[in-house]
Amino acid sequence: MNRREFLKRSIVVVAGMAVPTAALELIDPKKLLAAKPELRWVFLVDTHSCVGCGFCVKACKIENEVPYDANVTRTWVERYVITKDGKTHIDSPKGALNGFTSKKIDIGQGHTKEIKDEEIVQSFFVPKLCNQCENPPCVQVCPVGATYQTADGVVLVDRTWCIGCGYCIMGCPYGVRFFHPVYRVAEKCNFCYHRISKGMKTACVDACPFGARKVGNLRDPNDPVTKVIMTERVAILKEEYGTKPQVYYLGLSKEVR
Amino acid sequence: MKSHVWRPLFVAIGLVLLIIVVRSFLVPDDFGVWERGYMYGLHRKGNEAEWKKVTVKYRTKAYCKECHAEKVESIDRSPHGIIPCENCHGPAMNHPEDPPTLTIDHSRELCIRCHAKLFTPSSGRSKIRGIDPVTHNPGAECSLCHDPHHPNLEALKRHE
Amino acid sequence: MVHGEAWTIKEFFTYPNEYIYWTIQIVMYPFMTGLVAGAFVLSSLYHVFGVKQLKDIARFSLVFSFALLPTAMMPLMLHLQQPQRGIEVMMTPHFTSAIAAFGIVFSTYGMIVAAELWFVYRQYFVQTVHELKAKPDRTAWESILIPLYSVLTMGAWDISEHALEKDEKAVKILAGIGIPVACFLHGYAGFIFGSVKANALWMTPLMPVIFICSAVVSGIALCIITYVVCMELRKLIFAWKRKQNPDLPSTEELKSVEVNVVTMTVKYLIMFLILAITLELLDLIFRGYTAVKSWDILRSVIYEKDFTKIFILQYGFGNLIPFILLLMPRLTIRRAVVGTLMVLLGVFMMRWNVVIGGQAFSSSFAGFMEYHLPIWPHDMETFKEGFFGALMVAVTPFVLFFCLSRILPVFGQKGGH
Repeated sequence: MNRREFLKRSIVVVAGMAVPTAALELIDPKKLLAAKPELRWVFLVDTHSCVGCGFCVKACKIENEVPYDANVTRTWVERYVITKDGKTHIDSPKGALNGFTSKKIDIGQGHTKEIKDEEIVQSFFVPKLCNQCENPPCVQVCPVGATYQTADGVVLVDRTWCIGCGYCIMGCPYGVRFFHPVYRVAEKCNFCYHRISKGMKTACVDACPFGARKVGNLRDPNDPVTKVIMTERVAILKEEYGTKPQVYYLGLSKEVR
Repeated sequence: MKSHVWRPLFVAIGLVLLIIVVRSFLVPDDFGVWERGYMYGLHRKGNEAEWKKVTVKYRTKAYCKECHAEKVESIDRSPHGIIPCENCHGPAMNHPEDPPTLTIDHSRELCIRCHAKLFTPSSGRSKIRGIDPVTHNPGAECSLCHDPHHPNLEALKRHE
Repeated sequence: MVHGEAWTIKEFFTYPNEYIYWTIQIVMYPFMTGLVAGAFVLSSLYHVFGVKQLKDIARFSLVFSFALLPTAMMPLMLHLQQPQRGIEVMMTPHFTSAIAAFGIVFSTYGMIVAAELWFVYRQYFVQTVHELKAKPDRTAWESILIPLYSVLTMGAWDISEHALEKDEKAVKILAGIGIPVACFLHGYAGFIFGSVKANALWMTPLMPVIFICSAVVSGIALCIITYVVCMELRKLIFAWKRKQNPDLPSTEELKSVEVNVVTMTVKYLIMFLILAITLELLDLIFRGYTAVKSWDILRSVIYEKDFTKIFILQYGFGNLIPFILLLMPRLTIRRAVVGTLMVLLGVFMMRWNVVIGGQAFSSSFAGFMEYHLPIWPHDMETFKEGFFGALMVAVTPFVLFFCLSRILPVFGQKGGH
C-alpha cells in the first residue's frame, strides 16, 4: 500500500460519503416527466382599490390559526405616504391587523410621526403576502427538505420536519416568513391551500370588500385574473432577485419596497 | 489491507453504515423528490394532504345566504353590501351547530377601519366618507346612530 | 411572544415579520468553527510542511482542535427551534442549501482529526499500557487507564520501527487531507452567509475567503494564548516539583522554548491577519465604489449605526493595535498575549458585525433593527440565545481540553511526533 493508493482510496471514501444518498435513490425521471401542471396559482393585487381596512389581515390570522395578537402575520398591508419634499414614509402598524385609523405614521418603538395633509402628494396602500415565487429562494436554502413547492406552485412548510434553523426566513427577500409562536417552526402564507384546493378563494380575497385581492390560475386563459395579468400592465416586487414572484400588482409605484 | 493503518477507516465506514441504517428507520416512505425536482420539490408528499385538511373558518356570504337569504339580499342593496358578513359577524365555522351564535363585533374600531378620515389622494380610501374618530362622538358605538346594514343617510334619519 | 421579539428593537419601517432571527449563537458558530479550523491548520503546518519550530505547539493544537469540535455544533443546537430534529440534516440532506453539508463536512472533519490523533497517540497508548501493567501499585485512575487505552489502541499493538513509520506517514497524509477539509468546513460557513441573496450585506463571493482567513487568525491566536497559559502553569508546577526531581527542565529552558514558539507562531498569525484585512477592506471599498441600490442603507449601518463596532472595536482594537503590538521588535510573551487577545476580540467582532450587522437593516431598506443581547435570562429562549448561552459555548472547549489532556497528554517527552 503506497501513499498514492492510500490517498486515492481516502478520496473515494470521502467523496462517497458526500454523495447525497437521499438524492440518488429518490430521483425518478418518470415522476418528473409526469408533472405537467395545468394549474398554477397566482395572485393579483389592485393597489388602487385597497383602502387599508385590514380585514384581510384579520381574516388570515383567524383562518390560518396564527395567534391573533402576536406581532407576526402571513399577510399585511403597508401604507405609503409621499410628501412634497420627495420623501417616502412607510408604515404597517401590527401589519394593519386593525387597519389604518390614524394619520400618524408609525416609526417604531411606539413613536409616531405626524404629516400635514398639505404636505402629502401621494398616499396609498399595498397589501403584501407570499409571492409563491417560481424560483423560491426560501426552498432552495432549506437544509432538510421541510419546505417545498407543490406542482401547482404553492410553497408549503412541513411542520413535522422543520428544524427551525431560520435559513428560509433569512433567504426570503420579501420578509413573508416567520417562526410560528405556537409550533416553533417556519410559517408563511400558502394562499390558504386548504381553501383553494377545495375550489374556494383565499380567506383574504373573501374578506376584501373592495376586490383589491384576487387569486387565480395562470394556466387557464379564461381565468379573469390571468386575463388581467396578460392584458394589463402589471408589476412584480423585487424583480432583481430573480425569484420570479407570482403575485402581480396593478398600480405599483417605484416607492414600493 | 492487513496494515493497522486502516483501522480508523473501518470505524469511519462503520459510522457511515450506522447512519444509513438509522436513516431507513427515521425517514418516512413518501419522503422524496416530487414534481418540482430536487431543488424545489424535496419533501414528504403526505404533508400536502395535511395542509389541505386545515379547517375552513370563513364560509363566505354564499354560506350565510343558505339560511339568511332575505337578510343578505336586503343588505346587498345597500352601500355596505360589498362587505362580507363574516367581517363583522365573525367566522361562521360550523354555525349554527358550532358555534350556535356568532359574536358580532360592534366596536368603533371595526367601523373606523374604513371610515377614519385619512388623506390618501391616490387610493380608493379617499372615496369613502370618513370622520375623525378623535372628535366624532368619541367613545360612542357607531351603531347607536348608524345602521351598519343600511348606512345611507335616509336610514340614519329614520333613527332620529 | 414571537421568536426574536425579546431582543429586537425596530426603527422606521421594517416588514412586520422581520426580527433578528440569527443571534449570538450564530455569531459563536463561525467563531468557534474558525477556532477549530485555525487550530488544525496550525498543527498541520508542522505535520505537512515540516515547520520544525512549531513542533511543540503542533500536538497541542491538534488536541485543542479536537476539543473545540463539539463546540462548533453546540451553538447550532442551541439556536435551532427544534434541536431534537437536528439529525435530519444527515437523514434528508437538501444539498442546494449551504447548511445541508454541515453534517457531512463536520463528521468527515471530526473523523480525520480523530484518526490523526489516534496515529499520533497510538505509540503512547501501547507504551503506557505496558508500563502500567508492569507497575505493582497502581492508583485507581491508572487502573481505569489500562482498559481505556487498550480499547483506544483498537487492537493495534505493533509499535515496531516499521509500524511507527507508517503511523507517521498516515499523520502526514491525514493532516494534508485535513487542511482542505478544515478550510472547507469554515469556508462553507462563510458560504452560508455569502450566498443569501436576500441580504445585501452578506451577499459577496469574498465571504468564504474572508471567513477562512479570519478563522486561521483566530485559531492561531487562541492556540498561542492557551499554549502560553499552559506553559506558565508548567513553569509553576515544575518549579515546585523540581525539589524531588531535579531532571525536569528549568524555568529558563521552558521560557526560551516558549518565546521561540510564540514568536514563530505570531509570524503566521500576522500573515493571515494581513490577508483577512485586505479582503475585508476590498469588500468595503468595492461596495462603496459600485454603490448599488442597497448602498444607501448599508452606508448608514456601516458608518453610523455600527461605526463603533466596526471601525473602533473590529478594525481599531481588533486589527490595528495588535498588528502594531505584534510587529514591534523584541516580542515579549506578555505583549504577544495582549496582542493575540485583541486579535480574538477583533475576529469575534468581525463575526458579530457580519451576523448581527447583516440584520441591522430591514430588507425593505427603509428601516433598522437593533439587537439587544439578553444578559439575565428570564426564560429558556433568552438563556439559549443570550449572554449565558454564549458563555457556555465559550467555556466548553476549555473544559473538554482539560478532560482530554488527562487522557492524551499534550506535553511530554514520550511519543514520536
